[in-house]
Amino acid sequence: MNRPRRILAALPYLVLGGYGLVAVLGPVLIGYNPRATDVVSRLLPPGSATGAGEVAWLGTDALGRDVLAQIVYGARTSVLIGVATVLASAVIGLTLGVIAGYAGGWVDAVLTRCFDVLLAFPGILLAIVIAGVFERSPVVVVAALSVTAWIPFARVARGSALATRERGWVDAARVMGVGHVATLRRHILPFTAGPVVALATLEFGLVVLAEAGLSFLGIGLPPSTVSWGQIIAGGKDYLQIAWWISTLPGIALTLLVISVGLFSDQLTRRTKQSH
Amino acid sequence: MVRIVARRLPVGAFVMWGAVTLIFLIVRWAPGDPATLLIGSDASPAEIAGLRESLGLNEPLWSQYLHYLGQVLTGDFGNSYRLDQPAMAVVLGRLPATLELTVAATVIAVLAGLTLGTIAGGRADRVADRLVSAITLGFQSFPTFWVGIMLILLLALTFQALPSAGSGTAAHLVMPAVTLALPFVAIVARLTRSSVAESMRELYVQTARSKGLTEPQVLVGHVLRNSLIPVVTVVALQFGALLGGAVVVENVFAWPGLGSLVVNAVANRDYAVVQAATLLIAGVIVVLNLVADLAYSALDPRIRLAGRP
Repeated sequence: MNRPRRILAALPYLVLGGYGLVAVLGPVLIGYNPRATDVVSRLLPPGSATGAGEVAWLGTDALGRDVLAQIVYGARTSVLIGVATVLASAVIGLTLGVIAGYAGGWVDAVLTRCFDVLLAFPGILLAIVIAGVFERSPVVVVAALSVTAWIPFARVARGSALATRERGWVDAARVMGVGHVATLRRHILPFTAGPVVALATLEFGLVVLAEAGLSFLGIGLPPSTVSWGQIIAGGKDYLQIAWWISTLPGIALTLLVISVGLFSDQLTRRTKQSH
Repeated sequence: MVRIVARRLPVGAFVMWGAVTLIFLIVRWAPGDPATLLIGSDASPAEIAGLRESLGLNEPLWSQYLHYLGQVLTGDFGNSYRLDQPAMAVVLGRLPATLELTVAATVIAVLAGLTLGTIAGGRADRVADRLVSAITLGFQSFPTFWVGIMLILLLALTFQALPSAGSGTAAHLVMPAVTLALPFVAIVARLTRSSVAESMRELYVQTARSKGLTEPQVLVGHVLRNSLIPVVTVVALQFGALLGGAVVVENVFAWPGLGSLVVNAVANRDYAVVQAATLLIAGVIVVLNLVADLAYSALDPRIRLAGRP
């Protein structure tokens, strides 16, 4: 690989690392409170000085809150919800998928029918209904997004289990009297790892977008949580006089999802090569 | 054809039953008492208790469920307590606007996706291929609601070329349809690209070239025609995701369709409307999945004839 291309290939890692750092450390580095309202400093354009004597590098919103601080706290929300949802979906999907593929028969049939029923709804619609009718909380959002997000994991795991259960080492384990659970864990589950990691990054991007969509609609996360979707929705009424409120968090969100997409493409290519 | 319908129909019926059950359970598990919602929180406890009794809410869950199934089977989805009309009538009233939006988005997605995909897949030109890959990655990564707001900022507020919200004229349709179409442009383009690239290696392409057709004639007349089959199927299969996207986009542009209705109904806990709307969307998706199966076999003789003696 030539030099510019190598830098280009490393870019998603750098951006993702940056988001990770911001999500973890940002709230420590940025002193001000993203929720503190300051009516004197409302709707300030990027780079102007606030009433408190600080510089609002990315401007302030309609309540005088610093947009940069909100983007930093929003990154934390997006990353946390994304990771939690992907983890929950992966655990549920892997468990059910591996069991269905290994057991076959009616267990497998029931799982496949569950896919069919859940896939009859657009994922975001089901998430809106579930997150909308229950109390607003991060846990409900994770659950609402996981309801459809586990399906791809289950499919991949089921496929791997179906392909590996007839292999020699599984038969050998069976002959040696290894229990079902141990066989699944030690002899089948490891073979799902490659595709599952690639899938997890792909799903992470989708989940982050879906969470932002929910927050944009005012569904899901409580208003006290800072999230990109809510900031963008809040800026919509002030587009004409304060373009930066909606525009800048959207760029942060897009950049994150694009980097995740590039990263996931690379992973997918690598797992394909190794097979 | 008949065989496929006969095989798929029971699956479709089962899926609809599952969808009805799932939505019933979500709504019943949701906090908040339906009777209190209907009558208002300032009603006396006795009034609420009376309404609970007449709504059958004191009966065991399975009995309520059977009752609900019976109602759904006879086409009765209950009344919207806010609008005081049959829920399904409210939902069906909003359906045309959503169909207008989603069909327009489908047309845009197919035209743009086929063009981009053919350019990327048909040429040995690596630059065009790279460029299209970058465009599709962008289209798939943009948050649709944010794209909508950026279009409003640019085209409605800065250049004042298009109306920012509402519906009625063709000008109103442009921004919502484009916003909704973007991720699907990417999906169609990626699929077309791989399908075209695969067809390019077929022998009939060599034949077409050797009989003196120009490259565009080969691409459009021979390669693209054969690459269309997976595209038709994926358009039918992706229509459900398009309806989901419409829920968000309609709220950005105040488009008077199903999506804005569902979000309002969820916020107001108007469960009859939520149930009717989600089941209607599930029904559309189940039917379209069947259509995709049929289209696939109708368009590709290899599949249609497979399994015949």
